[in-house]
Amino acid sequence: MTEPTNSLTAHVAPLDAGEHVAAAAFLGDEPALALAGGAIKLSGRDVVAHPEGAILCAVLDGDRLITGGDDGRVVATSAAGAEEIADEKGKWIDALAARDGALGWSAGKTVSARDAKGATKTWEAPTTARGLAFLPKGYRLACAHYNGVSLWFPNADATPQVMEWKGSHLDASVSPDGRFLVTSMQENALHGWRLSDGRNMRMTGYPSKTRSLSWSHDGHWLATSGAEACVVWPFKEKDGPMGKPPRECGVRPLRVTQVACHPRALVVAIGYADGLVMLCRLGDGAEILVRDASSSDGAISALAWDKQGARLVFGTEAGRAGLLTLPA
Amino acid sequence: MSEPERASEKTPVTVLTGYLGAGKTTLLNRILSEPHGKRYAVIVNEFGEIGIDNELVVGADEEVFEMNNGCICCTVRGDLIRIIEGLMRRKGKFDAIIVETTGLADPAPVAQTFFVDEDVRALSRLDAVVTVADAKWLSQRLRDAPEAKNQIAFADVIVLNKIDLVTPAELAEVEGRIRAINPYATLHKATKCDVAIADVLERRAFDLDRILEIEPEFLTVDEHDHDHHHGHDHDHHHHGLKHYHDEDMQSVSARLDGDVDPNKFMPWINNLTQVQGPKILRCKGIVAIKGDPKRFVFQGVHMMLDGEPQREWRDGEKRESKVVFIGRDLDEDEIRAGFLACAA
Repeated sequence: MTEPTNSLTAHVAPLDAGEHVAAAAFLGDEPALALAGGAIKLSGRDVVAHPEGAILCAVLDGDRLITGGDDGRVVATSAAGAEEIADEKGKWIDALAARDGALGWSAGKTVSARDAKGATKTWEAPTTARGLAFLPKGYRLACAHYNGVSLWFPNADATPQVMEWKGSHLDASVSPDGRFLVTSMQENALHGWRLSDGRNMRMTGYPSKTRSLSWSHDGHWLATSGAEACVVWPFKEKDGPMGKPPRECGVRPLRVTQVACHPRALVVAIGYADGLVMLCRLGDGAEILVRDASSSDGAISALAWDKQGARLVFGTEAGRAGLLTLPA
Repeated sequence: MSEPERASEKTPVTVLTGYLGAGKTTLLNRILSEPHGKRYAVIVNEFGEIGIDNELVVGADEEVFEMNNGCICCTVRGDLIRIIEGLMRRKGKFDAIIVETTGLADPAPVAQTFFVDEDVRALSRLDAVVTVADAKWLSQRLRDAPEAKNQIAFADVIVLNKIDLVTPAELAEVEGRIRAINPYATLHKATKCDVAIADVLERRAFDLDRILEIEPEFLTVDEHDHDHHHGHDHDHHHHGLKHYHDEDMQSVSARLDGDVDPNKFMPWINNLTQVQGPKILRCKGIVAIKGDPKRFVFQGVHMMLDGEPQREWRDGEKRESKVVFIGRDLDEDEIRAGFLACAA
């Protein structure tokens, strides 16, 4: 299974990015590339979301792409243009989260949450908040930091509940059903908690850091980057992946840098350090090539499906990008 | 891993340390205001002291984290990992990074960050630790401030600043005290940090390729070497310096003619740095491995070692092995005996 058995390369249209693609998304039907230099590239036009800054993080919120920059600004870009959400006066925006119009962002230790009506609350994390994720129910934000994750209710005065685990936690992700919280760690591992009882889950064995995590549409699987395969952990059972080995999809002698689960099918899009992109079916591991590797293109740095799962947009560190339209 | 190491494309990082009031910010402002045509990203802990506004200035928090790898002295700067990753989004907009640490900072976590974090290693390389010292107050600080001593011991380059405020005798004394701790750093005497940029930047002090280029200093500034095999005199006073002995921080060097047995040397150096790592601040060495046509070079910070085979021994070049350690309460006799026992 190391060689793709089929190819969709003829269905990929190149997009012109021109610089490091920090993130990709679909704003409605329109593919959007967030460029490191601060602009959002839409079809035929650029929206300069961060004129004086670089884009550090991005998250999709409905039909808006939210970006955080080293200019200290949080900006929402839609087909209508860019709108400033917050200005942290030059402090880098380190992390973002979005759900149903609510936004969370962090700048150093300061975590802010803004509800859909625009009311903003802030909280000081014990150390820099590196990753944020909204829980699917209630208005609650998981903030990953050193030695654990704090679960903060922005509208309550109560001290956030802390899920402790020693070490530096980077990205935070919550399963779509809200049962599990998972972080990536400095120590080339993932850590998980079952939220009902705080039970710990260690997911180790990665040769490098995991910086891309994606839940399958049914919430039963978590696809991850950081190994020379897409490592997929089972979360269907009540114990999550405890005592179960993960599956490995798309095994190649190159590091997986981005993963994105299909929104309707048990298929994961996998991007590698050499710019190759493939689709892999979770059930049987069947592989389909989307884009071949190219020595000059750099690692895949952005990967996103549209809502229907009919199109996939990707971008690389070297400024190449493309749009796959699945044949009907 | 699979990608080739492209050292030349890695952004050099200079770490600027120095006790409170020594003149770090003066040196930083001097570097930034020179017409050198280079663009720097500067990572600082306090905004507002830098008078240059066309540079990229990033505020840091000095968040020192322990790694969960069971190594007790393995601390890293978590904020630095995040900032270097973020700065790469502006790749091409600056040529080098300068990290200014607070006056009380231990340089080790900064340096260790460049050993430990794979992403940081892939993007950048530690160029040198530059320590600014106050000629008037350093002798006092070495007595009462362990941080100041750490910074001197750790340095690749020492800028001995404010020499206009001391007498020649006081200057000789402070220089002697510095050399008692760290005889290997390049030392520049300065007033208002008036040193040439080239003396503090682009030093490649952590570059294994350069360990052979710094060999003359490495060999001759050898005030603590009591090894009698090597036929070069105990030249303690060749700088006209008084010889001091620092009670808790020393350097130990050892040398042997000919080869080491890799089956003895590798376990010895690994064990020494594991067991005594908390006490060893820096180490370096060039050794002749029996049967290997190439020189083996290594360097380390506390428990972390980085080593690789180097160029081949040249025709007519004498195969010899030497190691240097700087640290606290080092058992000189034990280290030397351990090294000599590695002889092939």
